[in-house]
Amino acid sequence: MQALTSKAKQVERKPMNFWEKLYLPAIFKGMGITFKHIFRKKPTINYPEKTRPFSPVFRGVQVLNRDEEGRERCTACGLCAVACPAEAITMEAAERLPGEEHLYREEKYAVKYEINMLRCIFCGLCEEACPKDAVYLSETIVPSNYSRKTFIYSKQEMLIPNPLTEPEAYAKARGLRPEKND
Amino acid sequence: MHVFLTIDWVLIIEKAILISIIIAVSLIVAMYETWAERKVAAVIQDRRGPNRAGPMGLFQPLADGLKLFMKEEIVPNLSNKFLFILGPGIAMLTAMMTSAVVPWGGHLILFGKNVYLQIADVNIGILYIFGVVSMGVYGVMIGGWASNNKFSLLAAIRGASQIISYELAMGLILIAVLMLTGSLSLRTIVEQQLDGTYYVFYQPVGFIIFLICAFAECNRTPFDLSEAESELNMGYHQEYSSMKLGFFLFAEYVNMFISSAVMATIFWGGYDIPILNDYLFGIHHGQNLLALLEVICLFMKISVFIFFFMWVRWTIPRFRYDQLMNLGWKALIPLAILNMLITGFVVLYKQYGL
Repeated sequence: MQALTSKAKQVERKPMNFWEKLYLPAIFKGMGITFKHIFRKKPTINYPEKTRPFSPVFRGVQVLNRDEEGRERCTACGLCAVACPAEAITMEAAERLPGEEHLYREEKYAVKYEINMLRCIFCGLCEEACPKDAVYLSETIVPSNYSRKTFIYSKQEMLIPNPLTEPEAYAKARGLRPEKND
Repeated sequence: MHVFLTIDWVLIIEKAILISIIIAVSLIVAMYETWAERKVAAVIQDRRGPNRAGPMGLFQPLADGLKLFMKEEIVPNLSNKFLFILGPGIAMLTAMMTSAVVPWGGHLILFGKNVYLQIADVNIGILYIFGVVSMGVYGVMIGGWASNNKFSLLAAIRGASQIISYELAMGLILIAVLMLTGSLSLRTIVEQQLDGTYYVFYQPVGFIIFLICAFAECNRTPFDLSEAESELNMGYHQEYSSMKLGFFLFAEYVNMFISSAVMATIFWGGYDIPILNDYLFGIHHGQNLLALLEVICLFMKISVFIFFFMWVRWTIPRFRYDQLMNLGWKALIPLAILNMLITGFVVLYKQYGL
C-alpha cells in the first residue's frame, strides 16, 4: 500500500539488546529523571494566600461603578439584562426623590439589582452594553459557598465603595483594576 | 488459686506492652505512609501534595481515616456475607502478624531485667515470616471471591498467582542467605552483621531479587495489576466500601512497612548503626540510649526503603500479566537458583579448599 504522504516513517522494531533485556539499566535511568524532578521549582500557587497575576482584560465578578462625586452610575436602563445571554441579571427601577441627588446620578436608579452568579458565564457583554459605564467585570473570582441562594448577588454586594466616604476601601477596590477611560 | 502464683506475670505484662506498642507503631506508620505516598508522588510530579489539613498536611491521614469510617457500608446482596467480612480481616491480620519476629532494637535494661525489643525470638524467624506472608494470599483470594463479581475474581486470581510465583524466588534467595548465616532466627542474623559487614555486600544479586519480590508481594507498581484502576475495574477490592476497603489498603501499607523492615534486617544489618561500634557505645553511654538509637536507625533504614518503593511506583509503568509471570518464573527463579549454587560453591570452597 502506498503511503499518503512522504513523511511516514517506518517504525523500528529491533529486538532488545542484552542491556535492554535486563530492564534494570533503563529503570535506573528513569529513576534518575524522576529524582531530578523532586528538586525542581513547583509551579503550584498556594491559593488563596497567593493569587496568580491576571491580564488587564480578565473577566471576574461584576462591580457597579460610581462617579467621582460618589453617586451611583446605574440608571436601571436594562440594556445589560437584555444583552446577557444567560439571563442572569434582573433589576427594578425607581424614581429619584428630591432629597437623594447626592446618591444617584440621574432621575432613574436601580432599587434592586441582582445578578445570579450561577447563571453568569462571565462573557462581559453586560460591560460592553452599558451606556453609563456602570458595570464592569473585576478580577475577583466567585468564592464557593454552601447554598444556592447566596449566589444571587444583590446590588449592595457588588457596589464599589464610595470614594468620598470610604476613600481607602475605594482605593483598594480600584487598585485591582486600572482606570477605564471611556 | 495456687496456679496464679506460678504464672510469670512479669513476662506477660512485658510482652503485652511490647505487642501494644508495636501494633500501635505499625498502624501509625502505615497511616503516615499514606501521607508520605501523596507527598512523594506530588514532588515527583511537580506539584505540592496535601498541605491544607495541618502544617504540611500532617493531619490528612486522620481526615482520610475519619472519612473511611463515616462512609456507608455497602455489602453486595448476593455475596457471601461471612467471607466478605473475613477477607480484609485476614489481609490485615497477616500483615500485622509478621511484625512479631522482627527485632526492633537491641535490649533495654529496665528494673534490672533484660528486655529484648522483639516480641518473639523464635529460632525459625524467617520461616515464620514466609508462612504468614503465604497466608496473606488467602486475604486476596477470599476478598475477590466473596464479592460475587467476575472481574474481582479474575483480578484476585491474578493477584494470588503473582504472589505465590514471587514467593518462590524469595525463598530461594533466603536459602542462599541461610547458607551464610547458619540460623533462621532474625536476631542472630542481625547480630552477625553488627560489625558493619552487611549481607548485601555478600549477596548483592540476592538483595536485588529480594527487592523485586518484595514489590510483587506488596502488590506494588510495577506489579499492581490486580488492583489497578484501569485493569479489571479496581481489581479485588472493587466491591468494598468504607472501613473494609480501608483495611485492604491499610494492609498493603503495613505489608510495605514490614517488607522494608525484613529487608533492612536481613540484608542491611537491621538495627545496627553503621558508623558506631555498638558494643563499645553501649558500655560507655548506657544500654538504654543505645537501644533507642538502634530503633531510630532501623526506622531510618525502613524510611529509605519506603521512599524507594514510592519512587519506583511513580517511575515505571505497569507490567502486563504475561510479562509479570515471565519475569517471575523464567527470569528470577533461574537467577535465584544460580545465586544459590554459586553461594554454596563459595561456602564449601572456603571451608574445605578445592
